[in-house]
Amino acid sequence: MDLIRKFSRSSLALPLTALALLLLFNAIYDISFFKIDVMENGNLFGRPIDILYRSSSLVILALGMTFVIATGGVDISVGAVVAISAAVCCTTLGGDISGEPHHPFVMAIIFSLVVGVLAGIWNGALVAKFKIQAMVATLILMTAGRGIAQLITDGQIITVYYKPFEYIGGNIPGVPLPTALIIAIAMVCLVLFLDRKTSIGLMIQAVGINQTASRYAGIKVTAVLFAVYIFSGFCAGTAGLIESSLIRAADANNAGFGMEMDAILAVTLGGTLMIGGRYYIGGTIIGALTIQTLTTTMYAIGVSSDRLPAVKAIVILLIITIQSERFKEIVRNYRLRRQAAMKGGEVNHA
Amino acid sequence: MRNLFSSLVASPKFSFYVTLFLFIVLFGAGSVAFDKFFSLQVFLNLFIDNAPLIIVTTGMTFAILSGFGGIDLSVGAVVSLTCMSLAWLMRETTLSPYTCMFLVLFIGIAVGALNGFFITFFRLQPFIVTLGTMFLCRGLTAMISRESVPIENTEYGDLAFMSFEFGDYLISLGAVIALVVVVVATLVLRYTSFGRSVYAVGGNEQSASLMGLKVNRIRLIVYIITGFCSALGGIVYSWIMLSGYTLHGLGMEMDAIASSVIGGTQLMGGVAFMPGTLLGVMIQGTILTIISFQGTLSAWWTKIVVGVLLCLFIVMQALVTEHRNKLMNLSAEDAGKKKKKE
Repeated sequence: MDLIRKFSRSSLALPLTALALLLLFNAIYDISFFKIDVMENGNLFGRPIDILYRSSSLVILALGMTFVIATGGVDISVGAVVAISAAVCCTTLGGDISGEPHHPFVMAIIFSLVVGVLAGIWNGALVAKFKIQAMVATLILMTAGRGIAQLITDGQIITVYYKPFEYIGGNIPGVPLPTALIIAIAMVCLVLFLDRKTSIGLMIQAVGINQTASRYAGIKVTAVLFAVYIFSGFCAGTAGLIESSLIRAADANNAGFGMEMDAILAVTLGGTLMIGGRYYIGGTIIGALTIQTLTTTMYAIGVSSDRLPAVKAIVILLIITIQSERFKEIVRNYRLRRQAAMKGGEVNHA
Repeated sequence: MRNLFSSLVASPKFSFYVTLFLFIVLFGAGSVAFDKFFSLQVFLNLFIDNAPLIIVTTGMTFAILSGFGGIDLSVGAVVSLTCMSLAWLMRETTLSPYTCMFLVLFIGIAVGALNGFFITFFRLQPFIVTLGTMFLCRGLTAMISRESVPIENTEYGDLAFMSFEFGDYLISLGAVIALVVVVVATLVLRYTSFGRSVYAVGGNEQSASLMGLKVNRIRLIVYIITGFCSALGGIVYSWIMLSGYTLHGLGMEMDAIASSVIGGTQLMGGVAFMPGTLLGVMIQGTILTIISFQGTLSAWWTKIVVGVLLCLFIVMQALVTEHRNKLMNLSAEDAGKKKKKE
């Protein structure tokens, strides 16, 4: 009982409950949902793996977004940065039918990550140096980003035939887990390490709560802001690599489209408030998994991809309403009133 | 000279002047570069082509102006939902086009009321709430039909192609409606007590509430206005497209926000000037027109140019705000010194 109370007060309670409900629904709907098979070539295969695999780029984006939101900002350019990174990667590799890359694969990877970091530096400069509101500052790159991506690919969809490129979005031969999932796990480990073992997490929270006070406390606010946007850009660059490798092409118009919204959603569902301050890495990961599980569940019961948003919207509105202070207040008042009524009843009986 | 510059920068309409200046420069550049660019019809086409965006952006400005991180991401989805509902109503029922148009306006009002309810009653972030209703409207649109539904009603077609001619020039009904919306919005914001209270609520919620303004009610009405404008924009959009489709108005919310910001609206709330918003849309339209006159430039240049302009404006706004704060501090110091002398 005590454990339940403790759990219900923890920040992860609601996201975990939502995810658990979804999984429970799946289990009832189709018991084979949790089955994991081993394919002939040794790769693991099954719905749970599929969900983890498909949510990996969202998890990566959401990790970067968590820190940005924790500082009181938001980065709505990540979707566009994904497109730029994908464009850079595929252009570097080139679209030769023979499968010969124009430049080494390592170079393509480094380039696309560097582009992500550059985007982060740009956003960071606007927010930290020019003191522009984060949403407006990142709106610039969001608007221009897809244009830039198209400029890089010259308006074409570059299809890459270079074989090892598939490994990022698929499996490296001999490794049973999808590469994207491994990258996501590595990123999560990195973030957890930074969060637990260094003081950067504390600094980010301090900046999110009160910039002026943090500065007086000796925190380099500008540096922290720069760092979170650069990290977000880096995450977007990584996600761009995964996204382009999934379809083995750079589609400047559709790569990462709307992903910024999903990332923000994942962070919000995880219990991190958009006003900044406290953040929950675990919540973010669960939030991202919830979104992907919802998507997979809806596909499983036959809701088409374009109708999916309606269901998603209802879930979002429900969860954020339950999380809101006002809702908690209403519930508290209701409980108090009921307790008072019960006491009143007892008195009457006596 | 310095003083003149300072007072100009400090004036609340400064960003409007800059927008106006930029519009004239862009239009002038187009006129110099291309024959036949400098004509009233090209200018009128800006209104005709961008009528839906003008109406939607007007609504967006209201939402941003109301403060508390005010924004409405659902506008594009509402446009899509209105188009689809119109097309569906006219195909499946025998209602007259006018009744249909009247009915779909309530979609916008309902979505706006839903947004406003969640934002004011539960005090949720407008960004997340309207993101939710955006998903909702897109999903609902797809539930009506996944395929494009053409509007084949002849009466409606006549209405869509209706235009007013004067001399050699013509202007479409949609453009006229867009202009009327902007004028009405400007007047409402400037001369009605409601308009003034929107500024007050957006500028400082606490002072507004201490002044006795009903902050929540005003904000709710603001979101209803935004929703209404989106639905009206959707009707005008359907006159251009003559169909309903799930991808109509995709990304329109970002265009609207960008136009509003270029037009001098500050995203913190409390600062906006409707004619500036109109100019913001027309600047985007002018860039598109220049690109189509040029002929060889690809459409993605629009995105880049709009991004650059956006950047220019935002940085300028930041600098202006800083400068203004400095001026205010200076004048406060001056006042302090004078007092000491006395």
